[in-house]
Amino acid sequence: MPTALQTKLLPMASLGDDAQLIAYRESLSGSIPWLDAKRAEAWDAYQSLPMPTRKDEKWRFASRMAFDLANFRITDAPDNSTRQRAIDASNMMHQVSGRMVFTDNHLASFDPVDSDLEAKGVIFKPLLQAIHEHPDLIESRLFAEEAHLGSDKFLALHTALSHSGALVYVPKGVEIESPLMIYHWTTQEGVAVFPHTLVIAEEASSVHVVDIFQSLEPDLPAFCIAAGNLYAGPGSHVFRKCVQNWSHETISFQADATAARRDSTTQTLAVNLGGKRARFENQLRMTEPGSHATMYSLTVAQGDQEFDQRTFQSHEAPQAVSDLLYKNALLDRSRTIFSGMINVAPDAQQTDAYQTNRNLLLSPEADANSLPGLEIQANDVKCSHGATTGQLDPEELFYMLQRGIPKRTAQQLMVYGFFEDVLDKFEQEEIRDNVRKLVQSKFHL
Amino acid sequence: MVQHTPIEVDREKGNFSYKTHYEYDAGVGLNEGVINYIADVKGEDDWIRQFRLKALDVFNRRAMPTHWATKDLENIDFAKIRYYLSKGQIPKRTWEEVPDEIKQTFERLGIPEQERKFLAGVEAQFDSEAAYSNIKADLEKQGVIFLGPNEGLKEHPDVFRKWFGKIIPTNDNKFSALNSAVFSGGSFIYVPPGVKVAQPLQAYFRINAESFGQFERTLIIADEGSEVTYMEGCTAPQFETSTIHSAVVELVAMKSAKIQYITVQNWSNNVFNLVTKRGLAHEESEIRWIDCNIGSRLTMKYPAVVLNGRKARGEVLSIALANDGQHQDTGAKMIHNADETSSNIISKSISIGNGRSSYRGLVHIPDHLRGCKNNTECDALLINTNSRTDTFPAITVRGNGNSVQHEASVSKLSAEQIFYMMQRGLSEGEAMSLSVNGFVNDLMKHFPMEYSVELKRLIDLEMEGSVG
Repeated sequence: MPTALQTKLLPMASLGDDAQLIAYRESLSGSIPWLDAKRAEAWDAYQSLPMPTRKDEKWRFASRMAFDLANFRITDAPDNSTRQRAIDASNMMHQVSGRMVFTDNHLASFDPVDSDLEAKGVIFKPLLQAIHEHPDLIESRLFAEEAHLGSDKFLALHTALSHSGALVYVPKGVEIESPLMIYHWTTQEGVAVFPHTLVIAEEASSVHVVDIFQSLEPDLPAFCIAAGNLYAGPGSHVFRKCVQNWSHETISFQADATAARRDSTTQTLAVNLGGKRARFENQLRMTEPGSHATMYSLTVAQGDQEFDQRTFQSHEAPQAVSDLLYKNALLDRSRTIFSGMINVAPDAQQTDAYQTNRNLLLSPEADANSLPGLEIQANDVKCSHGATTGQLDPEELFYMLQRGIPKRTAQQLMVYGFFEDVLDKFEQEEIRDNVRKLVQSKFHL
Repeated sequence: MVQHTPIEVDREKGNFSYKTHYEYDAGVGLNEGVINYIADVKGEDDWIRQFRLKALDVFNRRAMPTHWATKDLENIDFAKIRYYLSKGQIPKRTWEEVPDEIKQTFERLGIPEQERKFLAGVEAQFDSEAAYSNIKADLEKQGVIFLGPNEGLKEHPDVFRKWFGKIIPTNDNKFSALNSAVFSGGSFIYVPPGVKVAQPLQAYFRINAESFGQFERTLIIADEGSEVTYMEGCTAPQFETSTIHSAVVELVAMKSAKIQYITVQNWSNNVFNLVTKRGLAHEESEIRWIDCNIGSRLTMKYPAVVLNGRKARGEVLSIALANDGQHQDTGAKMIHNADETSSNIISKSISIGNGRSSYRGLVHIPDHLRGCKNNTECDALLINTNSRTDTFPAITVRGNGNSVQHEASVSKLSAEQIFYMMQRGLSEGEAMSLSVNGFVNDLMKHFPMEYSVELKRLIDLEMEGSVG
């Protein structure tokens, strides 16, 4: 068990105190020189990069960085009863191939894959353990993706300090039926967490990975920089879903990246519900021909929440298809930003790339910003983007009223209907129902 | 195998210039001396001189907007440009009085005599001053004012001073500041209440001196219930060093007025065309920009409408054609500032060879408004494998009383269509030309007839080099 490794870690470091963070980073270092070097380099980058400002085009429309890093700290594991509460609540799905639960960066519970999958060579291990047991396997992929969408500084801090999360490795031709579930909890006031998910799917393999981010208390202040990297080998099927339901006092950054190889099928799906301000960057690189990628997101913003989503679909090779659908529903005084870019490289002919952003404004004070972008350098392509912002269609509402459905019910049905084409992408009924309940619980129409 | 013989085109069509003797020349470079020189030559009032000097200060302080715009802007050497040049001509009243050599230039531009007669007033600008200016007597009788900026500010300060520099303030951007410092030439138009100008007012602009930037300034005020259409078209001879064109165009549509502003831009491929255009639309008024960009090395132009009164309407119809070595960075801005305002943006761009066309747009609807609507459509057509297109819209909507939709698509010419036409005996070049004209056709039908004819000719000409 990785507990032996974890005892080496310092119990505490404040994000506002560089000396403590350096000491903490050094406590992470061990026998793997390439990783130590990578973390040291990332730390230097973190220190030298300026805090983003709104004048930066990649942070256009984002609100000021009005939080104090000194209010957040890396903590020791929570007490046993808190830990147990988190484990008990990690029940989004029962039919799973494996489960990991982290509380405040520390592994709380681990259900490995069955011996059959293990025998086939499947690796599903906590990151800290995987680093020590499979350093060569992950050397070229761990913390290897650069942040192109603006969060370089935050991702650098993540790289320097992250050790919680999972490695998923699926060998050639192996198909994993049920999803692998990874739960990340924040439980202590002011905790800073750095969840990392690394998925490596070899040729013709298939895997589902689900990350659930939650806080044990709805008003717990916390800070998170998460990252998820997917490597989809030739002909593989890789599905990753994230449900972000942090407390409404959480500052959250997430930088995900997918690298799709020949004829692979990848899908990322994000449900964004929590956080005070949450930034989600998702980049897709289609490096070889014939790959097919979809990117979905569903966001429900309420109160003073700000959701800032930036995406990048990079078509580097011909005959690839990518399709993006990001839906936002806005209540109260909430804000959303969607900034998407499709880039088609000069030789990426026969590209099909689509990008759609739909914003549903449900309050007179909500604020939706949309920056859908295209950069096309090949001519034999089909590319389009669409962005709409509006309210519930009065004609649809009228139709339902006419049929005797009360106004409130009709409005509710229409809003829930708005979410359905994203929720529908959860293949497993149990998790779909649970996420639907979670989404609907945010409504008080 | 079908062998394509390259079509013989006069690619040097704009490649000419006439030796012109310049009576007033402020020299190269930009400094207070140049500003004072311009103000002296023009005999301007002191407030205009102060306005220019303040603008120069703003220009010097503002950084190049390269954090979002292309780095090509850094290639402009402001110290090597002539900012003022004029033959010191008094605007002519009749065509006969226009010097022969200038008439010759217009001849090469291909403005038919009949067209000129048909058009209500032609103010053709040769370098900085109006060489020819004529308004039909009946328009004058109706009280329409159609002058250059100097005469406008001098003769009708009560009409123009109120709005001059108010729609586009000096410090709006670096290039509006540049224009405010050195502007000369352009059109100041006032249309009195209820007057509907039946025929379009027109001005042809011309750059005809190496390293000479043209900085015209246009202000059009359409008073209550009036209607006016203004057309500008540009061609310029080719020169070795880069030239800059930086205009400021301000439109004011009072209650229920309608302004339509049409541009066909065909500068030569060494011109930086950096233009600020904005209209202020009052209650129930309508402002429509029709913008065609075919020439220039780099065009950055985003016509804007500030919808300031209830039920005001703004529209931008834009066609951009980027050939080898060209970057058409165009778009539109719609600022909604009153209830029930609506705006429509339709942009079509064509990239040929390694040409690059970009759409950059902004739609803003604040939260206290109700019933605002915007529709944006951008379609891009890519002809060659190395052609390039970008779309960068920014849309902000607050509150649940408004709706916005934006769509963009990128495609290539349909191989099936080309095949069909070639099968029917058209050459590949003709088929492509026809297909491209079809792509922009639904926008062209909004244009006055003579412009769509001219535009079609220009597109044919641009397309001819691109086959094979």
